[in-house]
Amino acid sequence: MIRKWVKKGLAASVAATVALGISYGNAVAADPIKIGTFLSVTGPASFLGDPELKTLQIYVDELNAGGGVLGRKLELVHYDVQHDAKKAQTAVKRLIEDDKVDVIIGGSTSGQTMAVIPLMEAAEMPFISLAGAVAIVEPVKKWTFKTPHTDKMACAKIFEDMNKQGIKSIAMISGTGGFGKSMRGQCTALAPAYNIKIVADETYGPKDTDMTPQLTKIKNTDGVQAVLNPGFGQGPAIVTKNFGQLGFKVPMYQSHGVASKKYIDLAGSASEGVRLPAAALLVANKLPDNDPQKAVLVSYMSTYESKTKDAVSTFGGHAYDGLQMVVAAMQRAGGTDKAKVRDEIEKTSGYIGTGGIVHMSATDHLGLDLSAFKMLEIRNGDWSLIK
Amino acid sequence: MTLKHPSTGGLLILAVIIAILPSILPNNFYMDVAIRIGLNAIVCIGLNLLIGYAGQISLGHAGFVGLGAYGSAILTGEFGWPAIPAMLVTALFVALLAFVLARPVLRLKGHFLAMATLGMGIIISIVLNTEARWTGGPDGMAVQPMMFFEYMVFGEAVWYWIVGAALLIAVWLSLNLIDSPVGRALRAVHGSEVAAEVCGVNTTQYKVKVFVISAVFASVSGSMLAHYGAFVSPEDASFFRSIELVTMVVLGGMASTYGAVVGATILTILPQALARFEDLEHMVFGLILMLTMIFMPKGLVPTLSAKFRRSPVKVEAESEAQGGGAT
Repeated sequence: MIRKWVKKGLAASVAATVALGISYGNAVAADPIKIGTFLSVTGPASFLGDPELKTLQIYVDELNAGGGVLGRKLELVHYDVQHDAKKAQTAVKRLIEDDKVDVIIGGSTSGQTMAVIPLMEAAEMPFISLAGAVAIVEPVKKWTFKTPHTDKMACAKIFEDMNKQGIKSIAMISGTGGFGKSMRGQCTALAPAYNIKIVADETYGPKDTDMTPQLTKIKNTDGVQAVLNPGFGQGPAIVTKNFGQLGFKVPMYQSHGVASKKYIDLAGSASEGVRLPAAALLVANKLPDNDPQKAVLVSYMSTYESKTKDAVSTFGGHAYDGLQMVVAAMQRAGGTDKAKVRDEIEKTSGYIGTGGIVHMSATDHLGLDLSAFKMLEIRNGDWSLIK
Repeated sequence: MTLKHPSTGGLLILAVIIAILPSILPNNFYMDVAIRIGLNAIVCIGLNLLIGYAGQISLGHAGFVGLGAYGSAILTGEFGWPAIPAMLVTALFVALLAFVLARPVLRLKGHFLAMATLGMGIIISIVLNTEARWTGGPDGMAVQPMMFFEYMVFGEAVWYWIVGAALLIAVWLSLNLIDSPVGRALRAVHGSEVAAEVCGVNTTQYKVKVFVISAVFASVSGSMLAHYGAFVSPEDASFFRSIELVTMVVLGGMASTYGAVVGATILTILPQALARFEDLEHMVFGLILMLTMIFMPKGLVPTLSAKFRRSPVKVEAESEAQGGGAT
């Protein structure tokens, strides 16, 4: 009998916990403009979420120090969703329903973003994603925008350069992680438009430590004029090393996924001559002074690096662009009315950001063209701009 | 086996809680948490039958959840099946898979069994990650909403009642199973397999049965999760999800159906309640788990109910006798 009472008591306390346990921190919605964000600050995608969150914090503080937006302070509400689409969904519900934010900037990975798009559209809340996949904005969703370049653009930029070099048939070796897989699909679909034939198509796993077999196969394939390696993390560095060891005579192309100094350090001398598309942020100081982006890039880079003591990355830049565009849209809309802010974000035109110069429209919720990517070549262990 | 259970009181209380919760919860976010508690609890109830009663560990149960989720997603999305048949066929497929796997796997004991189920879970997770044509790969895929004929099931308000009803059914099934000859045979297996076999219990058969049942619980929960979230991703089937599920069962209390529900409730709420602590979240989470395990090694529900009992042995004997009388 007592046992039953215990069960009842426990069950009742369960109910109480559900009702009360989470209500901690349920702050009174007052004057500040609430900017919601959910990012992968810990876990395997933390290299994305960490600079993104730091950037948002730095610039929200900066805007507040300057008097806020429309005379109101900004408040950043953040939840760490690690690498989990389900956590992202719950975080977004919380931001919308419980925190009652005015706009959401977030979603470090494409999976998280895709998982929350239905919620954003149902809630009619302006949403700026910080993830790469082209599927986020193609087809266009009414309330969803994004700032980072797509993998499709990277493919186009690479193929454009190949066309200039007269390269007609290539070999591809792709990582099987989310990034490599998505980009491989985009490049395969786009290649015919640039008259490029993929004559060998190899893959490697995210934890593989030797890609010599795949590269040997590519080397023995006739007519390979260049090797393209869509991938992320340490995989491309190993591919580059093996590529060097096998003494390939053809050029190697990497993606914007390796656009960090770490890649050059890992791949060592084998990375000499490797070409890749990347955002201008990487070569901010090397841009000519008349480049319209230069001032923005240098300012973001010095602010970020002095505040965090970390090296700047393009990912934090995406968060910067998202925040600036939202703030500008709110100023133009004269308030935080969701529909008006959304319309104003869509009207963003000529915004100069770290990712490029943004011209959004009703049919383009990214607003970047190929000029947003710079083609880089690695020379003497450093990035150099090629025309 | 009769379908009558001496402690229907607990079930009634649970039903009352489920009935009044929506009027207490302030908004849809809390409803969402409640729904996720329900879905986790269903998996844990099944897993508890395996861990708590049959004494067999599974470190791959998220694999079954993932199969349930992707099965429903693919059958409704790619083949245009209605949601309910898709869910049932998926559950049947998972049952078959569990049945085929169970015989070789459940021959193993202790660490080896843990390793085998762990391997199974990881294989499922790899398949979901790599078969991108069907599963959308590491980024996951969108799922069609559940349709009941012409009516589209959408939103927390509707899903809450569906999951609530499913949870009650799961608890009821579990309580009945435990109180049936199967349940007693399982407990005998847990106590000592050799002794159970000497007493004429076909241990392998019972272990296989309960493995299949718990896999089906996981699959059905996964199917509902897929339709509710409108999205599936390989994380649903990841190794860490499996560990999380086992932790829920162990924290709530092994060999206690309500323990599984309590464990699922606490471990679903805790990360939400701690989300504001940012960096401290993981430390506080770990600390709570450690303290529970040190001071309540049997889990919350069994430890607390033992504390409130004056003479545990007597009550145990009584309830045992009652249980016996019901069959």
